[in-house]
Amino acid sequence: MCLAVPGRVVEIEERDGARMAVMDFGGVVKDVCLEYLPDLAVGEYAIVHVGFALQRLDEESARRTLDLFAELGLLMEEFGDPWEAAAASGAGEELQR
Amino acid sequence: MKYLEEFQNPELARGLLEDIKAAVTRPWALMEVCGGQTHTIIRHGIDQLLPEGVELIHGPGCPVCVTPLEVIDKALEIASRPGVIFCSFGDMLRVPGTDRDLFRVRGEGGDVRVVYSPLDALKIARENPHREVVFFGIGFETTAPPNAMTVYQARKHRIDNFSLLVSHVRVPPAIDAIMNSPDCRVQGFLAAGHVCSVMGTEEYPELAARHRVPIVVTGFEPLDILEGIRRTVRQLERGEHTVENAYERAVRPEGNPAARAMLEDVFEVTDRAWRGIGVIPQSGWRLAERYREHDAEHRFDVSGITTRESELCRSGEVLQGLIKPHECEAFGTTCTPRNPLGATMVSTEGACAAYYLYRRLGTPVSLEVAPVG
Ligand code: SF4
Repeated sequence: MCLAVPGRVVEIEERDGARMAVMDFGGVVKDVCLEYLPDLAVGEYAIVHVGFALQRLDEESARRTLDLFAELGLLMEEFGDPWEAAAASGAGEELQR
Repeated sequence: MKYLEEFQNPELARGLLEDIKAAVTRPWALMEVCGGQTHTIIRHGIDQLLPEGVELIHGPGCPVCVTPLEVIDKALEIASRPGVIFCSFGDMLRVPGTDRDLFRVRGEGGDVRVVYSPLDALKIARENPHREVVFFGIGFETTAPPNAMTVYQARKHRIDNFSLLVSHVRVPPAIDAIMNSPDCRVQGFLAAGHVCSVMGTEEYPELAARHRVPIVVTGFEPLDILEGIRRTVRQLERGEHTVENAYERAVRPEGNPAARAMLEDVFEVTDRAWRGIGVIPQSGWRLAERYREHDAEHRFDVSGITTRESELCRSGEVLQGLIKPHECEAFGTTCTPRNPLGATMVSTEGACAAYYLYRRLGTPVSLEVAPVG
């Protein structure tokens, strides 16, 4: 849960009175709130945690981290289906008992 | 060095390890505060690569693990009520309450939804004005600002059916409590990088000076951890105890001022119980008075819950670094990620789960175990 993943800003818009961005995480695209980094611009990188950009990151270290996360399967862990993960880890069985 | 080839830059890793080895003249015990760091350390075998005498004690920085049983039981109770949509991060689904977990509540008909961001829960509240939407707000200083923002937005846009079940915790009081414990063996800290991305480093010099303990702000990747250890050991060998930032690419001294301002507005500091550890003064946040109508504990009557911990589980000692997971008798036998007795076996940030998934110490383990998401 404490994982924070670097992403690149693709698009910025106001939505429901909040500054929001579409951000790219090594191919996975997510909506991200920019209220805490309001001057983040399209093309820039930031560390994102649970849908919020929390700190700016330079491109080189962002890319390095993303490569590492992709290699370790951490991007799937972060953005994959949590019900599937919970079921795979055994809680599903318990329900059927 | 069986794990070294798996590092992104094995040469750099080797160099850091050699530096550490060259610096060490006697044993040192360091604590990595954050569960994400514990995960990296065990996954990459960093503790086994270190020179003899340099020990890593795994700290209590796994938010899922330290959320008190009482709060979990409250969550389960609220999630079971008709008319409630209970939203949570995925890793809370299987945390054992006194007699069930959220996964089970959903199986029994509760409307439990997993969200990636607390803003998703707010959206669900907008779209379902006639349902009560509750978000399970746990986590450290990294997760608190996103949750604070949702409550702020809910109040601003009058989304009255949205509330937060809050159990936020703060790192510096935990460091203080660990150092004050009579059993404390910790001589240096790797502080949690992303917590400092938000909060900055201003809270730490006073702690480092008072406890005469080096505190090095450290990231989460294998090389970051080695660098954090290198700097901590160097300070210890020189008899220094200052705050250093080994994660400069993501941590500025002032942190994120906008996020900190929001935390001040929405939350107030309170004493907080940590599962397995007990109450640590001033170690948590709760909603400030003016946001109380968005406080799930205020909105739902969930008093009178009686909790019962597993008698076998020693996760409190694991969380305080007093024992390693495999020293618990239940480890890998009656307690596994498939059937966790304690929260430290649920989250991949929990030390028990990390040991089980990557280390498999002294216990027969079936290979089909899927990593917990
Ligand atoms: S192995 Fe299981 S029972 Fe033992 S301390 Fe860890 S979570 Fe608790």
